[in-house]
Amino acid sequence: MNDIHGCPVTDSRGQEVIHPTREQYLDVAKSLADEGYTVAVDLCGVDYLLYMNRPLPEGIVPERFEVVVQLLDIGDRKRTRLRVQVPESDPVVASLFDLHPGTEAPERETFDMFGISFDGHPDLTRILMPEDWEGHPLRKDYDIGSIPVQFKEAHA
Amino acid sequence: MATTEEDLTSGGATALDEVERRVAAAVEPSSYAVFVPNTDEGAQLLKPRSQTTAKGLMREVGSVLRMSEAEAALLGDLPDDPEDDQTMVINMGPQHPSTHGVLRLMLEMQGEEVLRCKPIIGYLHTGMEKTAESLTYMQGGTNVTRMDYLSPLNNELVFSMAVEQLLGISDDIPERATWIRMLMSELNRIASHLLFMATNGMDLGAVSMMIYGWREREEVLRFFQEVTGLRMNHNYIRPGGVAADLPAGWRDGVLRLLDLIPPRLDEYDILLTGQPIFRERLQGVGVITPNEALALGATGPIVRSTGVPWDLRRDIPYLHYDEMDFDVIVGSYGDAFDRYAIRLAEIRESMRIVRQILDKMPLGDYRIQDKKVTPPPRARIDESMEALIHHFKIFTEGFKVPEGEVYVGIESPRGEIGCYIASDGSPTPYRMHMRDASFTNIQCLPHMMRGGLVADAVAVISSVDPVLGGVDR
Repeated sequence: MNDIHGCPVTDSRGQEVIHPTREQYLDVAKSLADEGYTVAVDLCGVDYLLYMNRPLPEGIVPERFEVVVQLLDIGDRKRTRLRVQVPESDPVVASLFDLHPGTEAPERETFDMFGISFDGHPDLTRILMPEDWEGHPLRKDYDIGSIPVQFKEAHA
Repeated sequence: MATTEEDLTSGGATALDEVERRVAAAVEPSSYAVFVPNTDEGAQLLKPRSQTTAKGLMREVGSVLRMSEAEAALLGDLPDDPEDDQTMVINMGPQHPSTHGVLRLMLEMQGEEVLRCKPIIGYLHTGMEKTAESLTYMQGGTNVTRMDYLSPLNNELVFSMAVEQLLGISDDIPERATWIRMLMSELNRIASHLLFMATNGMDLGAVSMMIYGWREREEVLRFFQEVTGLRMNHNYIRPGGVAADLPAGWRDGVLRLLDLIPPRLDEYDILLTGQPIFRERLQGVGVITPNEALALGATGPIVRSTGVPWDLRRDIPYLHYDEMDFDVIVGSYGDAFDRYAIRLAEIRESMRIVRQILDKMPLGDYRIQDKKVTPPPRARIDESMEALIHHFKIFTEGFKVPEGEVYVGIESPRGEIGCYIASDGSPTPYRMHMRDASFTNIQCLPHMMRGGLVADAVAVISSVDPVLGGVDR
């Protein structure tokens, strides 16, 4: 198996996926940006709590969370994807904000929905849920159907 | 803000006191006290400059985020004194006619000039990505179609393409289904841009334009209704093909649109494009540079307005766009007028594509004949027990999708719309994420607004054309 910047690479339905560790993540993103992947199209989180035995390349230890970044090379018209494992005990990963300012809102969304912190993000606050919301809705252990009614004491 | 008994009794009635007195009188004090914390927006504030980090401030004043802090500090006419009382923070929205839904902007103003801007979103958030995890792939289309509600067919298309790629049937989709998808997707682009013409006109005071834009869009929606049964939220494009074949007389319906819209676009040219007041309001307003737009991940008409010829239909072709002859429209100034002109021209380009589709539309099946994903035809159910069971299973359990994960991006009217699906082999997506164009494009607002007037803010929001249903999902 070939690797890119020391990270294992897999093929998912014809799409290139790079698996950096948390430590490599920022450096790999930087190197890729120098190679032409200058646009971070999307960033999202996945909670693999109920699917820990997913296929991953050798040497990559599955963790509960993953941060998935879609990168785009506008010059050569190609895409690539980064999948970073983020452990439940320490859900922190470096922010891409300095490199790709466009990830500001998606990183906030990932923080809001999964509780993954981004180190170096300028304004890591909730973006979609109310400020005082408890819990992170897209986590797999966040039940649907058990949300307290909001504003029920508001003046009728 | 708290209105106490002392305040009410202590004379000195300024206008503000008078307002507070009336509010307090209208609401019983005890319940009012409960009401305030419940509706408090919490800590999402535009903080005083002295309390903001350098990075945060750079973002809020809308600097190119790749410049040094020293350079950023030179940007704009920032008051030296952080406590400068000449600046004022005002809220625009969430209920404001030109915020296109429920977008809220916090603006720091000095006189009429916008110094800082912070968009606040989330008012339409309904957890659709969470909902998607409990809907089968068969039902998923009804969910995604409601996200960016002005381009429902594009949402369905990208979702279906992602599911098909996971199933490994992308290459087996019948030709006719692919061409129907292109036809509907282009007509959807026309409908969406027509609505932009309407709202853009209305935001700038050309109220009659609103009526005209809605009128033309309605004609396109009428065609959608003939084909899919619904004006919006069609769930027409599904994994494996489309829900139904085009009805008899569809060609006449399309030709009618192609005859009807071009003269109306010429009217728009007279009403808006060439009109001095309209041009004055848009030209040079909300300027963004190519570097800024790309750094912020902007796509669609915003990045094209800066002169970057990036259109996924041409650059990373999907469906049969590589066989189509059309132009990618680019601007040169990156201002609001360019974005208006690009959308107007894109309507004409889309019609050009639709004409070519009419010539090339083949006969054949409108959905894949793969027992795995396609329910049996209605007639078979009456005569075959197996078909009945098969039908029942597909609609109750859904079909299983092999393990894996995939990202597909296509060009929606507002830019790249992407669908990331992770499958664990069950009939529902383990995780489905939609990359919505408006969600990312909204990040450009602070950059476009810096140094502009508050009246231009309306033009800027309008030119970004955000759809809050897609932003908040």
